Amino acid sequence: MSVTKSPPAQGASTLPQPARGRPPGARNAWRAAGLAGSVLVLLAVLALSIGVGARQLSLGEVWHGLLDGDSPAYTVVHRMRLPRTLLGLLVGAALGLAGGVMQALTRNPLADPGLLGINAGASAAVATAASLLGVATFDGYVWFALAGAAGVSVLVYAVGGGRGATPARLALAGAALNATLYSYVSAVMLLDTSSLDRMRFWTVGSLASAQPSTVVKVLPFVAVGLLIALALARPLNALALGDDSARALGARPALIRAAAIVAVTLLCGAATAACGPIVFVGLMVPHLVRALTGPDLRWMLPYCAVLAPVLLLGADVLGRVLARPGELLVGVVTAVLGGPFFLYFARRGRVARV
Amino acid sequence: MEHGGSRLSGSELTLRYEQRTIAEGLTVAIPDQSFTVVVGPNACGKSTLLRALSRTLRPAAGSVLLDGRDITGIPAKQVARTLGLLPQSSVAPEGITVCELVARGRYPHQGLLRQWSPEDERVVEESMAATGVAELADRMVDELSGGQRQRVWIAMALAQETPLLLLDEPTTYLDIAHQIEILDLCARLHEEQGRTLVAVLHDLNHAARYATHLIAMRDGRVVAAGAPKDIVTAELVQEVFRLPCRVIEDPETGTPLVVPAARQRAVATARA
Repeated sequence: MSVTKSPPAQGASTLPQPARGRPPGARNAWRAAGLAGSVLVLLAVLALSIGVGARQLSLGEVWHGLLDGDSPAYTVVHRMRLPRTLLGLLVGAALGLAGGVMQALTRNPLADPGLLGINAGASAAVATAASLLGVATFDGYVWFALAGAAGVSVLVYAVGGGRGATPARLALAGAALNATLYSYVSAVMLLDTSSLDRMRFWTVGSLASAQPSTVVKVLPFVAVGLLIALALARPLNALALGDDSARALGARPALIRAAAIVAVTLLCGAATAACGPIVFVGLMVPHLVRALTGPDLRWMLPYCAVLAPVLLLGADVLGRVLARPGELLVGVVTAVLGGPFFLYFARRGRVARV
Repeated sequence: MEHGGSRLSGSELTLRYEQRTIAEGLTVAIPDQSFTVVVGPNACGKSTLLRALSRTLRPAAGSVLLDGRDITGIPAKQVARTLGLLPQSSVAPEGITVCELVARGRYPHQGLLRQWSPEDERVVEESMAATGVAELADRMVDELSGGQRQRVWIAMALAQETPLLLLDEPTTYLDIAHQIEILDLCARLHEEQGRTLVAVLHDLNHAARYATHLIAMRDGRVVAAGAPKDIVTAELVQEVFRLPCRVIEDPETGTPLVVPAARQRAVATARA
């Protein structure tokens, strides 16, 4: 980010130049076309996720399995692949949006629900619930996960300086809480071997145990979070100009931040409760999207909501294909993809300026 | 130029950051259609006053009146359609184009149901034309020079379409040519568009040349206010800035020109 009165930014921007012509029309036409293209890619990935799995089915078998109740593939498609795919769609959209909102809110390119400890907060609350209270279902998890996510969001924000929060302080506060909470989760699971087994997959992040009922229950949280996040696009655009400028424009920074924290909590809490903490999706997708759309959140957030499930489901399908007949947990795949990506961005020096 | 009316004023203001009191019992009025400039030494409270007038800082006591109403009781967006502010530091998101940044000035005119309109489009174009940045419309703000960037921010404030515009040190960090360019732009906006401008400036000579109404502050109070030619004297400069000087006539404009005393003379004056 560049401050108004600093000398001209060093080095030209590496972003692609926007289309020439009378703005904002021309650039917006490109963005709309890109969004439509992204939706097509998403549809393709959804189809792939339903079509590919441990049991090899032909396209025809999958198609019949989808529509025909008597088909031998019906159970596989309806009880396993469909819920898994829909859950991936919801969780992916939730993580992508949450990441986009977090980065805008903190003006921090490192902000990701994972890196800021919010998913860890949800995990710690779920681990506590599973170990001490014997909670073992999504219905039970979800409230604990939301409470944990909310607690950590507020804590990171408060420790990071509240209204005077700076990107560096938020990142430090998040990193510290993240480490502490994951040690706690590990300790709980090591002390309690029965919940260890149940939680092991969950702490890495997995779509494998998706149930149709989980999809139905996670939907309202993600839907409300999505609506709040999209409604916040314009106010967050104003906030991106600095608090004083935002106030001068008639926006109310404190209110916007509070609403954004609610949205992030709903999205991350629900996503984490459903399939455990999945890292890097919320970090990578907003970064890539920003390079496509520029910093306008009215475009960025819808792109994030469409492309994050592409990444998540893509990683999930990859995990299924690579380790056939077993599978790699999606959380492992995104982490393996995400690490090098993160290093690449750090090396390019972009993170310091976004 | 001035008609005696005052849409924006502050009455008995106490301004405070945490426990540090900047001003107490501060009363100012901004004459309508004026180009008001606030001057004073560092830490005299001039920027703080501007923040209070733009309701960026809430006064600990007293009130800021906008059109006769306490500004804190008016909805934020309604204030933002009457009163614009160019803060000292703003952040341009990376990768934003000039046109997009200027378009963000339309925020108070939009809502969930009232999105981008041809009216917005027209105002953005006019604002860019008025500040001479129309040909930069598709450029990235990151790539511009300091002077260009400042004109873009002013264009954004203009796009807000407010009859009152507050500018906090709009010329700081610019070289002399760009400072004059920005001030000429302000003077033109004031004369041609009839906006009321309030600017905090560091340079007393710039203030004396461009202001139609000058407010001189020291230690959180107003020492003098009025037309520059009426109030800028060697005594005032001594009182406000503790600077021995001569005031002569600006050969270009006939406005007061402050010439700091040479060192020897300053020492002699101090001894006398």
